[in-house]
Amino acid sequence: MKLNCALLVMLIFFSCKEKVSEKTDDVSIKNEEIALAESEVSLEVYDFDRFQKFLSTKDSKVHVINFWATWCGPCVKELPYFERLKKEYQDDVEVVLVSLDFPHVYDSKLKPFIKKKDLKSKVIALNAPNENEWINAIDPSWSGSIPATIIFNKDKSKFFEKSFTFEELEKEVKQLNN
Amino acid sequence: MKKLLKLTPLMVLLIFASAFTVKESIESEGYDVGDVVEDFSLKNINGKMVSLADYQDAKGFILTFTCNTCPFAIAYEDRIIALDKKYAAKGYPVIAINPNNPDVKPGDDFKAMQQRAKEKGFTFPYLVDEGQKVYPKFGATKTPHNYVLQKTSKGLVVKYIGAIDDSSRNPAAVSETYLEDAVDALLNGEEIKIKKTKAIGCTIKV
Repeated sequence: MKLNCALLVMLIFFSCKEKVSEKTDDVSIKNEEIALAESEVSLEVYDFDRFQKFLSTKDSKVHVINFWATWCGPCVKELPYFERLKKEYQDDVEVVLVSLDFPHVYDSKLKPFIKKKDLKSKVIALNAPNENEWINAIDPSWSGSIPATIIFNKDKSKFFEKSFTFEELEKEVKQLNN
Repeated sequence: MKKLLKLTPLMVLLIFASAFTVKESIESEGYDVGDVVEDFSLKNINGKMVSLADYQDAKGFILTFTCNTCPFAIAYEDRIIALDKKYAAKGYPVIAINPNNPDVKPGDDFKAMQQRAKEKGFTFPYLVDEGQKVYPKFGATKTPHNYVLQKTSKGLVVKYIGAIDDSSRNPAAVSETYLEDAVDALLNGEEIKIKKTKAIGCTIKV
């Protein structure tokens, strides 16, 4: 128990460190949004029924599903790590970035963001109102905060309600690959 | 000494076990439905300290961890105001607590809270969780994160944890009013049907 507390304190410390730098990111995102007007990015929008096809696989790749939103500082901060993962492991890893932005900002915020950041991973939007049902369907341990990530292959699946570093992501992917 | 040696493998095992159950223990840190809540004393936007014990006539509380900056919290502001209007008179006033660290989210600092409360016409206290000591006791992980508490002979007991309703993004499309149903059940002396729900929210900024 004491050790758990100590670990918790450590976790809090680490996340403090990470999140301080987040402020500047937020500001730059806002500026970018202003600079960009209309964009021609196409966006696939899914309800939960249709979205479920992304949650299982028969192929031999590792699939990484990340739940994020443009307004979520910690999510935006870790997006480059998912992008790097896709780039470095393109033959073995599939990345899907699932935006939970509200539908009314798809055109004004989400699409300009995808364009500006030049996201190479597949980005889709999940527009599923009944959160109480689908959050549990994805993982009973998920409290509903984002970022959240599922890493799976055809045999195994792991769920994470946390922020990742690139090294942590790589480690999880490699573990599944073995 | 011998005894200690015998215990060593057990201790190693325990250390290992706890290392792998960090996530679970974080979740189980907070109050569950049925737990008795410890009172707090937090600063309101008017500078005065507020405790739950101040509300002698209350039958309970609608406690919401919310903030200025999270789109989901903002989407629920009007619904929280409506809840206070409907239930304060019936003995279940709303108490809002901002759990975010303003050093990380400047938009959630004291001044910004005062301003937002004024703009929206909050009819309930909007408290600062200074030092972020209260939200972990409740096990709140995000904004908005809501709790219904009932005054009993044991103290204030958690009766409901979760979402206000099933449609954060569109108030017009609400079909399940979880939190209202919970308070109504308490007012009618009935069993709450759904005691826990989940919703997407913004991570509490530490």
